[in-house]
Formats: sequence, structure tokens, C-alpha cells
Amino acid sequence: MLKTVEEIKAAIEAAIPGAGVEFVPNPGPAAEHSLLLRPESAVAVAKFLRDDAELAFDYLSNVTGVDWPDKEIVEKVKAMRITTKTVDGVEQQVEETVEETRKRIEPGCLEAVYHLYSVAKKHGPLVIRMRTENRTDRVTLPSLTPIWRGAEFQEREVFDLYGIVFAGHPDLRRILMWEEFKDHPMRKDFVEPDDYEYEPTAHDHVLKRAQAHPAAVVASGSQRWRDEGIR
Amino acid sequence: MSSGVQTKPEQLEGWNRPPVIAPEGEGELLEVAMGPHHPSTHGVFRMDVTLDGERVIGLKPVFGYLHRNHEKIAEQTSYLASMPYTDRLDYFCSLTNNWAYALAVEKLAGLDAPERAQYIRVILAELTRIQNHASAVGFLLQDMGASGTPLMYAFREREKILDLFEQLTGARMMCNFMRFGGCRVDATAGWLDGARKMVAGLPNFVDEFEALLSTNEILMARTQGVGVLKPDLAVNTGVSGPMLRASGVDYDLRKVDHYGIYDRFQFRVPLGEHGDIYDRYMVRVLEMRESIRILEQALKDVPAGPVMDPKAKSRGFRPKPGEAYGRIEAPKGELGFYLISDGTPNPYRYRVRPPSLINLTILEDMCLGHDVADVVLIFGSVDIVLGEVDR
Amino acid sequence: MLGEGILKGMAETAKNFFGSYVSKERLTTVEYPEERVPAAENARAFPFLVYDGPDWQAGLRCVSCQICEKECPPKCILIEKSKDKKPDYVGKPQFYPVRFDIDLSVCMSCQICVEVCPFDAIKMNTEFALATDDRFGGLLFSREKLAKSNEYYHSIHPTEAAEVDARLAEEKAKVEAKAKAAAEAAAAKAAVSASPAEGGN
Repeated sequence: MLKTVEEIKAAIEAAIPGAGVEFVPNPGPAAEHSLLLRPESAVAVAKFLRDDAELAFDYLSNVTGVDWPDKEIVEKVKAMRITTKTVDGVEQQVEETVEETRKRIEPGCLEAVYHLYSVAKKHGPLVIRMRTENRTDRVTLPSLTPIWRGAEFQEREVFDLYGIVFAGHPDLRRILMWEEFKDHPMRKDFVEPDDYEYEPTAHDHVLKRAQAHPAAVVASGSQRWRDEGIR
Repeated sequence: MSSGVQTKPEQLEGWNRPPVIAPEGEGELLEVAMGPHHPSTHGVFRMDVTLDGERVIGLKPVFGYLHRNHEKIAEQTSYLASMPYTDRLDYFCSLTNNWAYALAVEKLAGLDAPERAQYIRVILAELTRIQNHASAVGFLLQDMGASGTPLMYAFREREKILDLFEQLTGARMMCNFMRFGGCRVDATAGWLDGARKMVAGLPNFVDEFEALLSTNEILMARTQGVGVLKPDLAVNTGVSGPMLRASGVDYDLRKVDHYGIYDRFQFRVPLGEHGDIYDRYMVRVLEMRESIRILEQALKDVPAGPVMDPKAKSRGFRPKPGEAYGRIEAPKGELGFYLISDGTPNPYRYRVRPPSLINLTILEDMCLGHDVADVVLIFGSVDIVLGEVDR
Repeated sequence: MLGEGILKGMAETAKNFFGSYVSKERLTTVEYPEERVPAAENARAFPFLVYDGPDWQAGLRCVSCQICEKECPPKCILIEKSKDKKPDYVGKPQFYPVRFDIDLSVCMSCQICVEVCPFDAIKMNTEFALATDDRFGGLLFSREKLAKSNEYYHSIHPTEAAEVDARLAEEKAKVEAKAKAAAEAAAAKAAVSASPAEGGN
């Protein structure tokens, strides 16, 4: 019988001291909780998960990326403030509570998610994830392809579409987009190229974008029906 | 990243990479681009093959000719609107794609399909498996040079199955039939009778198909001992489906995951012994037989009742925040959908685990050392559909 | 014996070849343009708009609610809502589409518009041979081209159309009964309110 995610976490920490595995709960009905690995120890932990006789996660099913952009959080905070007030002609220092709105930016990250199963023991899934430090320049994570070769194409895909660089991957090239392509299309802030040629039924955001594009022939088909008086 | 992560680019384990084959004798190596419009690639796909005479000493698959970023499209539309797009992943098996997606969303939202819908799903999935395996074998033989006959026999049966799909779902290939918490329409008694009649004729077809092929000396000469895949390597490379079972690994998600109502049916999991092309052919033929067994059992007693979960609603569907990974045993292998919901009508993350793509990870290893003509066969035995590989 | 398998296979092909002259099971093809397999009743190709009665403009069931426009996965529907209202099949004033375009070159025949339509106004046609030489607009169908009579709908999907008709008739009856009941109640109320006034005098 498969251990719970908490038990697996304890087993990892017993086997690899200082692994620093974090438990990430899943609030949904599926309740597939996951373990967040530290990039430094991820390869060792993955090797343990695969080779441990009881866990035996020998089958890497799915590898994917998730983009968590920087989030601006607006919150109201109560703060104590010392103000100078004139009370009865005497200047006094008075403490008062003020509510102020603070904006802070929660830094985003790119996440790689791995779904592990065991073919030998027929259990699973165990979800493990790793996070990059930010989304711009510090986007390196260790590759798990040397542990499970099933990750080879999937990590290439994550690199291609999300821009996570997998250190230790034997052949890290773009896989679905062409070599000269610059951006990473699955990121949430990816801007689609503005190349509408013809959009006869444009509405909502497509209409706005198509109209902004000088070469677009927006709703010209409908226009033609109208012009020719067919409708 | 910080210095701790810098794993060296060298391998941790040697067997984890394709072996390096040295060219024999003198003479130049030849680089051949097989594809993207080669008839044996079943679509637009390219293999950059390095040849030493006739011998393959390197093979790099090149993908992306059919890439349309299905995942991005799905993240920009509602959950329901992605359903017809899943038809177009593996366009041979739209119904199993529908089921995998419906299963993942049901897991995400905590829905369950009613009894009758479960039966209809199993019937449709097994019919899909039969037509997929029949045509996969047909295409493999076509690649081998058996110009048309086995493929046409397979397609003749496939037509009958597609007619059933059309009567029930309205479309032959792009069925768009399953919904979150059930099926779109109910099967009529007449349809079930038609399906029973069709399934009754299937064993005869498989017998004929086997009489035509299984003992054929040319087929055996071309396929036995070619493209061997060892079981431990198959598991490590994430190979799934008939490919994995042909290598002798007993791993069928219908038995392992207990999804749907497969526990109620008696069926065996055919396993290969050698992991070569012939075993893959044989496993597919035997799986067809097992699918017929499941169909006979499932069609016997389809319970009455609704086909949709009353809790499910098609419009304004917003699952609670969370994530889920749902997978099924599709004809090509393990088809999984990984979904993250943030409580909005659109999925925050939508990922397809394409069995066709991941089964190709091992293509180079299987082809090394063989002749160019064998590459075509080994590739054909993997059974891929480019709509799913490139997404 | 070497070649036994091949001979067995040849026997199989011979069986199928000669069998195709006698058995319908072995000859499943038809000579397409001359001969056609009748379409399955559920078969779907592209959407059309249903209208009741003889005049398509007056009888269009669509009330321009724009749900199909929102739900359409490839966004191939374009609807412009009318400013004024006209009565629908139960006599309730409703908006109607002044423009209803479907770009059939984008449409992928998924039937989601049919599923989400609360008014049974859009249905799937079985006509599939729509090839045209005009790349722009040749497959952009306007209201007029999309409108098909209820009789046509009955001719292509008889069972489904009968169900829809029964449902619409029921709704109409319900609305009429409700209106009648409301009228009666109003009359009764008027009578009741009238009598104390008399008593007060």
C-alpha cells in the first residue's frame, strides 16, 4: 500500500538529511498533495524515490511547467503612527492607529511538476514540484532526465514553452517551436503576434486586436454582405 | 541559480542514453532527412538519420510541424470549449481523448458519471481501441510493403465502427461526446442492438486478420528480433500502452487505476516476450480480442437510467481551486490530463500527457544498428498520431 | 513448411475477393457521387437557424441572447442584437438578431452552440458539400443563408425535431395557461376590489 505524502516526506528526510522537502496541499476534491523539492537536493531525492525498495517510483508519467506570474497584492494594514498634534496650545506626540493601503509584489516563479508512478508496485501518483527563483534570469532547475529518461522530451517541451533551463539535460533544445523563435509561448504574459489577416466574425478581444492591426480586414465578409444588399 | 544546482552535464547512468555506434570501415557518413513528407511518417514528422551505408548510427526526431499550442488555446477558453479540441489530439481515437479529459475534470470538480454513462463510455472506448489497433496494424503492414490489403481489411471493420459512432454521436471522427459527469446523449435501444450485432461479427474479423498475417513468413522475417525494447528501459523511458506491454511489463491502467467500471469485466492483459515489432503486432491483435470480450460483457446488461450527473452543468462551470491529474489507457498508451483550477471558468493550467510523443523517446535506441528499411517498420510499430505528438 | 503462412494468407484474400461478389458484408464500399449512403439521423455538419411559419424573418426563433457566440470554441459566430423587439412563438416580445453570421470555414461542427441554446433556435444541418472558390466570405453565411424552415429540420432529424416541437408546444401551453390564470386572477381581484367599494357607499 502506498504511503501518504506526509509519510513519503518523512522517509525522504530520514534518508537524505537536509533535503528540505516541503509539503504542498491541494485544496481540490482530488486531494493529490505534492512535495516541493529544493533544487539543490532534487536529483538525490529523485534517485531515492526511484531506487527505494518500498517506494519504487520507477515510472515518470508526466512533466509539465506552470507559470506563476508576479502578483500585485493590495492589502489594508493597520499601522501605529506617531504624529505631532497641538493640544491646548501644547505640542504633543500622539500615537494613533491609521489604516493604510499597501501594495506589495509577490514575486512569481516558474514551476516544474512531475507525476510519478510505480510500475513495480502499481501505486501512485506522487506529485513532486520544483520552483525557480524568479521568472527572468534565475530560471535554472536540475534536470531529472538522468533519473527517468521519460522526462527527456517533456523537459525539452517545458524549456521550449516556459523557458525553464534544465541543468544536466543531455539535449536541451526547442522541441515544438522552431530554433529561431524567441519567446516562450505558454507563459501567461506572452503576447500573441498581431498577424490577423482576415477575421470575418471578430468580436470581444479579437475585434479590438484586429482593429488595432493596420493590415487586418475586420469583418469584411459581413461588410460585403451588407454592401451588396443581400441581407 | 545558486551554485548548488550545477549538476554536470554528464550522465548519471550510462544505460540511460542511446549507445554510441562507431561507423565501420571507411567512407563518408550520410545524413538523410526522412520526412516531413515521407509516407511512412504518418503525418508531418521528420527524422534526421545518420547512415553508415545502410546502417543507422544516429537518429534525431524533429517535431513541431503540426504544433498549434493546444494547451494555450485551452487555457483561454472555458472547460467545455476544450472538449471538441481534444478530439483533434489523436484524431483516430477522439472518444478516448474525450474520456480522459472528462475524467480529469470530474476528478478536479468531484463529479461522477452515472452508471449508464459509464457503460456507454466503456463500450465506446473499446470500440475505439479495436478500430485503432486494426488500423495501426494495417498501417504497419502498409509500411512493410503489403500494399493495401491488410489496411483495407482493417478499414472495412473500422467503417462499421465509425458508422456506429456516427449514429450515436453525430460524427465519425470528431465525436465530442463525453461531458463532465456523463455523456451528451443517450444511446437508444436500436443503437445498442446495432452495436451487439456489429460486435458479434468482430471475432470473425480478427480470425481472418490473423490468418492473413500472423504466420506470414515475410512478416516474421521482417519483424522478429527487430527494434527490441528491454522492459527496464521501457519503464524508465515512460513508454506506455501496447509498446510497454509488448516488452513484457504488466501495466494496463484499466487494471491498475480501476477507473470507470473496468473492474466489473473479465479480461486479460496480453504481454509480449521479446519486445520486438512482432510482439507489438501480436499484443495489438490480442488486445482486440480482449476488447471484444469486454464489449460482449458490457453490452449484455446496460442499466437504465440517466446519462448525466444531475449536479453537472454545462454553462457557468467553475471547479473549486485545486489540481488533478486524470489518466486513462488510451489505445496509444497512457493519455493524461493535468489541470489546475483557480476558480475561474477557464483552466489555469491545462496539460496533455501525449502517449505518442513520449513513446518516441526511445525511437533512436530501437533503430540504432538496423537498416533504413527497418526504421520505417520500427516507427510504424510505435503507432503515433501527429496531432497528438505536436499538439 | 516455408511459405505455408503466405499460402494461408493468399487463401484468405481469395475468400474475400470472391466473397465480395456475393456477400454484402465483404463489399462495404459504394461508388460515391452516383451512389450515396444515407446519412445517419444524428449526423451533423454545420449549424443552421430554425424558423417557424412561412416567413423566415418573422419566424426566426433566435432571440439574440448571444450565448452561442460566447460559448463557441473557435468563435465563429457573430451576432448583432436588434434595437426593437418582436413577438416570439409564445407571443412574448423578444429581441432578434439583425446580423447573425457564421464563418463556416472556422466552424468545427462541435455542436456546442446547439447544446447551449435555450430556445432551440440553432440546429445542425447534414449538408456537408459546401466547397467554394471564394476564400474570403465564400463560407461566411449570413442570417438569410442560415435560416431553414422547421419543416426542413423535420426532414433531416425527424425524431429530434418532433421532441423539440413537443417541448415548445408544452411551453407555449404553459405560458398560455399562466396568462389565462393571471387574467382570471386579475379579473377576480378587480371584482373583489370593486365590491368593498360598493359596500362602503
